[in-house]
Amino acid sequence: MKKNTVHIPMPIRYLINAAAIAAIYLIISALSSAGVITNYYTKILILICINIILAVSLNLVTGYLGQLPLGHAGFMAVGAYASGIFMRAVSGSMPTGLAVFLSLILAAIVAGIFGFIIGIPALRLKGDYLAIITLGFGEIIRVVLLNIDSVLGFNFTYGAASLKNIPKTTTFTLAFICVVVVCFLIHTMMKSRYGRAILSIRENEIASESCGIRTTYFKTMAFVVSAAFAGVAGSLYAGYLGILNPANFGFMKSIEILVMVVLGGMGSMIGSVVSAAVLSALPEVLRAFADYRMVAYSLLLILVMIFKPSGLMGTYDFSFTNLIGRLIGRISGKRTARKESAE
Amino acid sequence: MSVLSMIVSQLINGLQSGSVYALIALGYSMVYGIIMLLNFAHGDIIMVGAYIVWVTMSVLGLPPAVGIIAAVAGCTLLGVIIEKVAYTPLRKSPRLSLLITAIGVSFFLQNIAQLIIGAGSKTMPAIVSGPNLYIGSVNLSFVAIVTIVVSLISMAILTILVQKTKMGKAMRAVSEDMGTAQLMGISVNKTISFTFAIGSALAGIGAVLYSCAYPQASPTMGSMLGLKAFVAAVLGGIGSIPGAMIGGFAIGILEAFVSAVGLSVWKDGVVFAILILVLLIKPTGIMGREIKEKV
Repeated sequence: MKKNTVHIPMPIRYLINAAAIAAIYLIISALSSAGVITNYYTKILILICINIILAVSLNLVTGYLGQLPLGHAGFMAVGAYASGIFMRAVSGSMPTGLAVFLSLILAAIVAGIFGFIIGIPALRLKGDYLAIITLGFGEIIRVVLLNIDSVLGFNFTYGAASLKNIPKTTTFTLAFICVVVVCFLIHTMMKSRYGRAILSIRENEIASESCGIRTTYFKTMAFVVSAAFAGVAGSLYAGYLGILNPANFGFMKSIEILVMVVLGGMGSMIGSVVSAAVLSALPEVLRAFADYRMVAYSLLLILVMIFKPSGLMGTYDFSFTNLIGRLIGRISGKRTARKESAE
Repeated sequence: MSVLSMIVSQLINGLQSGSVYALIALGYSMVYGIIMLLNFAHGDIIMVGAYIVWVTMSVLGLPPAVGIIAAVAGCTLLGVIIEKVAYTPLRKSPRLSLLITAIGVSFFLQNIAQLIIGAGSKTMPAIVSGPNLYIGSVNLSFVAIVTIVVSLISMAILTILVQKTKMGKAMRAVSEDMGTAQLMGISVNKTISFTFAIGSALAGIGAVLYSCAYPQASPTMGSMLGLKAFVAAVLGGIGSIPGAMIGGFAIGILEAFVSAVGLSVWKDGVVFAILILVLLIKPTGIMGREIKEKV
């Protein structure tokens, strides 16, 4: 603890953070209703929100748990298709708000189930093998989505022809709320005993197991939660694009998410948020940059690993309330110092 | 008789693609055996090799022999450069960083190829041609025979190199225990570079053989090929040279038969399902050794 920091008690911290989030939201919505943020920018903002959810959820497994899954796009695909098929089925017969809510929940549950099915065998392995097995599962999900119709005998995912006409229900408000909820849930989870158990597995799996932590249980839990949130992102993505094709969820997409996490710093939520936002906005803002995007991503990945393997933020986590506490502490510290010097 | 001849011809098809997989799998296996790195960029070295063949033969109009030599030499050089630039600075870092770097190199090669040559696929010129052989009613294509023979010769040379020469002994020593090997006066850096060179040269040969069989080159051709070869390496037991050969042939034959029964769209899925089964049942593969983790 630094000397000049005023510790702000817990309920007030939540209030301050809630107020800050509401302020961000109000500013953006005021700007968009004033016409400063056009439809085009709103689209980019939604994309940023989706990518933030993906990056933060992958960070849970890569950063906090210390494993490297390469099939995150697979879970996103499962969530996207689950919610896309659901929305197509119920559109018109259910109030839109309820349908969207249910589709998000459904996407999370289905992706979570897939995470569980894949996590149980995959997490028996470590390091490279875990990376490869999740890559394999991700590819299998893609192949299945592409070809399942011929097995079922009716159109379910529409394979390469794309699942079309999904109601475009994803608004900025919805995406923003999802980002806040996902970040809040992961944050509180990491501050709880579950989070500490997950961190201990990252630091030393054998030591934490010998301290009585059920490593398999916590690893699977982190994996399932991560998959479920990727499913939420997929559901938003389905409502954002209105059309889904298995080719969107290939190995490339998984790597794109991984770049966001690695660049921001594995184990830093603010790092994931910032790098997801910057990396999704950059190609849109700099159109000329779009062609070189993947080259730049891959170079960034190599350079960051060589020169700063912990990522740009390391494991640093930003706390708004701590910042305020420090500011208050500094101001009051100056005041007391002035008083002392006056005396 | 026709069923039998179909089985034989599918077997030949399988052996043909399997020998390419085996050559690539050898590169994965050797690199993994020596620095415990899953070299994701290995598949993309094949892509570069195929483009070198395309440039020398189709663009410059040189004879096939030049194309083959250029591809093998180019791949070898590329492999060593990648090792020096991207992997050597990270030898002391955690395995996760090394793995992420390898993924980065792989994507860099793919995207730079896409940027320079374009995303569309290029048609490869015919590299070898000759009369087809007939054994009874079975038609053996000349390319298939060349592919199988060349890869068997390469594997034989590799085996002699690893088992009989001084450099091979050094390679085996470094993969056994890097620190001790260094104390015995083996230059670890040189040995690792040599391993990358050999692995990449095999990838170059694989690229030429692959281009004979499937005359299409595209920037992403290496990634699926590399992944399947990796599955072959895991199936055979990663780090083991005979294992990589067996795994490669097994995957090739399996794919050929999956396609033959009309499930060719599920081919990739089946290969990855095999990978998952192997990892769950016997993670060390067919020929791999068990390594106990010490605390």
